[in-house]
Amino acid sequence: MPSIDFVTQVGLTHYLVLSALIFSVGVAGVLLRKNAIVLLMSVELMLNSVNLTFVAFSKYSGKLEGNIMVFFVMTIAAAEAAVGLALVVSIFKRFKEVNIRFFEHLKG
Amino acid sequence: MSHEILLSILILSPFVGFLINGFRYKKHSGNLAGGIASGAVFISFICAVILVADLVGMPAESRKIAVTFFDWIAVANLSVKAGFVVDQISGIMILIITGVGTLIHLFSISYMHHDKGVAKYFSYLNLFLFNMLLLVLGENLLIMFVGWEGVGLCSYLLIGFWFSDKEKAAAGMKAFITNRIGDAAFLLGMFVLFLTFGTLSFSELVSMAPSVPELGWAGPLTLATLFLFVGATGKSAQIPLYVWLPDAMAGPTPVSALIHAATMVTAGVYMIVRLNPLFLAAPNTLMIVASVGALTAVMAASIGLVQNDIKKVLAYSTVSQLGYMFLACGVGAFGAAMFHLMTHAFFKALMFLGSGSVIHSMHEEQDIRKMGGLRKYMPITHFTFVLGWLAIIGMPPFAGFFSKDEILWMAFHSPLGHTGLWVCGALGATLTAFYMTRLMALTFWGKSRVDHKIHPHESPALMTGPLIVLGVLSVIGGWYGIPHVIGQYVGHLPNLLEGWLEPVIRAVPNLAHADESTEWAFMGISVALAGISASVAYHLYVRSPETPKVMAKKMSVAHDILLNKYYVDEFYFGSIINPLVSVSKNIWYYIDVNFIDKTTYLITDLVKGAGLFAKSLQNGNIQQYAMYIAIGVVASLTFILMR
Repeated sequence: MPSIDFVTQVGLTHYLVLSALIFSVGVAGVLLRKNAIVLLMSVELMLNSVNLTFVAFSKYSGKLEGNIMVFFVMTIAAAEAAVGLALVVSIFKRFKEVNIRFFEHLKG
Repeated sequence: MSHEILLSILILSPFVGFLINGFRYKKHSGNLAGGIASGAVFISFICAVILVADLVGMPAESRKIAVTFFDWIAVANLSVKAGFVVDQISGIMILIITGVGTLIHLFSISYMHHDKGVAKYFSYLNLFLFNMLLLVLGENLLIMFVGWEGVGLCSYLLIGFWFSDKEKAAAGMKAFITNRIGDAAFLLGMFVLFLTFGTLSFSELVSMAPSVPELGWAGPLTLATLFLFVGATGKSAQIPLYVWLPDAMAGPTPVSALIHAATMVTAGVYMIVRLNPLFLAAPNTLMIVASVGALTAVMAASIGLVQNDIKKVLAYSTVSQLGYMFLACGVGAFGAAMFHLMTHAFFKALMFLGSGSVIHSMHEEQDIRKMGGLRKYMPITHFTFVLGWLAIIGMPPFAGFFSKDEILWMAFHSPLGHTGLWVCGALGATLTAFYMTRLMALTFWGKSRVDHKIHPHESPALMTGPLIVLGVLSVIGGWYGIPHVIGQYVGHLPNLLEGWLEPVIRAVPNLAHADESTEWAFMGISVALAGISASVAYHLYVRSPETPKVMAKKMSVAHDILLNKYYVDEFYFGSIINPLVSVSKNIWYYIDVNFIDKTTYLITDLVKGAGLFAKSLQNGNIQQYAMYIAIGVVASLTFILMR
């Protein structure tokens, strides 16, 4: 049974738990959904949950490295989204649908 | 020319012929193929004549042309040279092989001209002669064995020459497999000889042969000679391995004449004569050789009495005559064996070619019940056949008389002989006279029973020519070995053959001096037996052709036994072949199919299953891949945290 402090005082643990929950939602989305766009969104969720962790650690440890890392992640995420959406667009052009199973055609 | 070159040409000429015809095996021009093949053999014949003439010119003690070309095998204490030797024994053999071979090649040109595989046929025939020459000229047992196997191969190829006929192909295989049994024993004999003497060379073996006879059954010499003799029974068609020869008649008739009458089947006799000092030193083996020979002579002759296929009659006759040769070897009369080998080669080749001529003109009909009266249509074939007939039944002064008489006389007179052996021999001679006369009567004499659609005609000159030459040889071929008792009254003719062979053949030990009147008496008996038997057969089959049928019905049991060849084939099938086949089938089914195959299939199934499983992991479904990653991460995290 968590103590009363845990409910009233917001600390590092709360951020970490929230970030883990968001990450899990992202993983579940990537693994289970078939729509490629939703998939990309789930990936974004995962990335941002990680960002949240970085920021939380940065705040509580008083160091700036975490914040800097977040910028990198966001840059990468932007690039990834661009590539991913391009693929999704080409898949849509070919099959008139954005189901992830069409990516099987990329198999050698 | 030097002897090396002559010998090389002698041996290689048929081989070159084989290569030429072998490479143009698809050609259908029989005359060209036959010409090449006959030419090749004729060149060999000329070389053989020159070599033997040189041999005659040498002094009697040193008559030997030995040539060593190179060292063939040299391993540890086994040293085998590619050496060849022409001496008194192989000299006779090469003359027979190349001489009769040439005639049969010529005959074949005409006989086979309509056949599609004529070039193939002649190439096989040449290959056979090459191997036969290796067999007789080889200076050691190993070269002889190479030839021995080679002639077996050619025999197989030629028996099954018309292999699209299943029965003929089977006859070829039967011959090959039966010979294989003998060959295995031949090899064992060679092993024993090598272990005992440390050499395989004939000259060394002969010089090392002990002069004291080896007693008992388990001595190395007795063992080795017995093994070699089993090898000889395979190649020379003696009891118990004779069964292939009658079936071998499935081949073209000239092949029967060359391989299964004149040359190859005498290889066993030749081998024993070649090693005569070894055999003389093993009296127990000689006893077996003589008994088997005598038994074969009678048994095959009795089967020949009722056969209806012209070639089958001649085949059993060949088995029977080979029995005589072994009988001669067994009683120590190796010279007589060589003598009979030679005369038999002449008259049996003649009769086979004669039968080929008959079959040719009868449009492949071989049943003598459907012949008769052919004398009118085929005068030359008939006349030469009569010469062969007189020779084989042993009428003086034809070739067979002298050789067969010498064998019968030695069977009785030699200290290694026995009255029983003589009785067998005489009985065999009587039966021979009967069935040969029956063959003559049914084929050439009496009323014609020929199908009216067939018009028999005399064969072309290329076929009758060889018949005439062989006919002459069947008459005069025996005059080389006129026994002393006759020779002394007819212008003091010496026994040329005996003197010729004397240096290479050891005399029978303790040969008693022969009483001249006894020898005359025995001669008279055998001629009288043959004459009576022949005239009885003549009366039965020409004068009253119905009587034999009535007799066959009355003695139907005996007749059936003979007609079915004593059920020997059935016995072999029942006692050896079928059990062997069923055991093999069981082994195949239970061990191979059900155990070995199943085990390997199990292993392959395991591997295959594992592969299929691994393959299913990589199916291109990205989400599944991601799932594996997720599971992996979760699992490793759990592991780390739980530790």
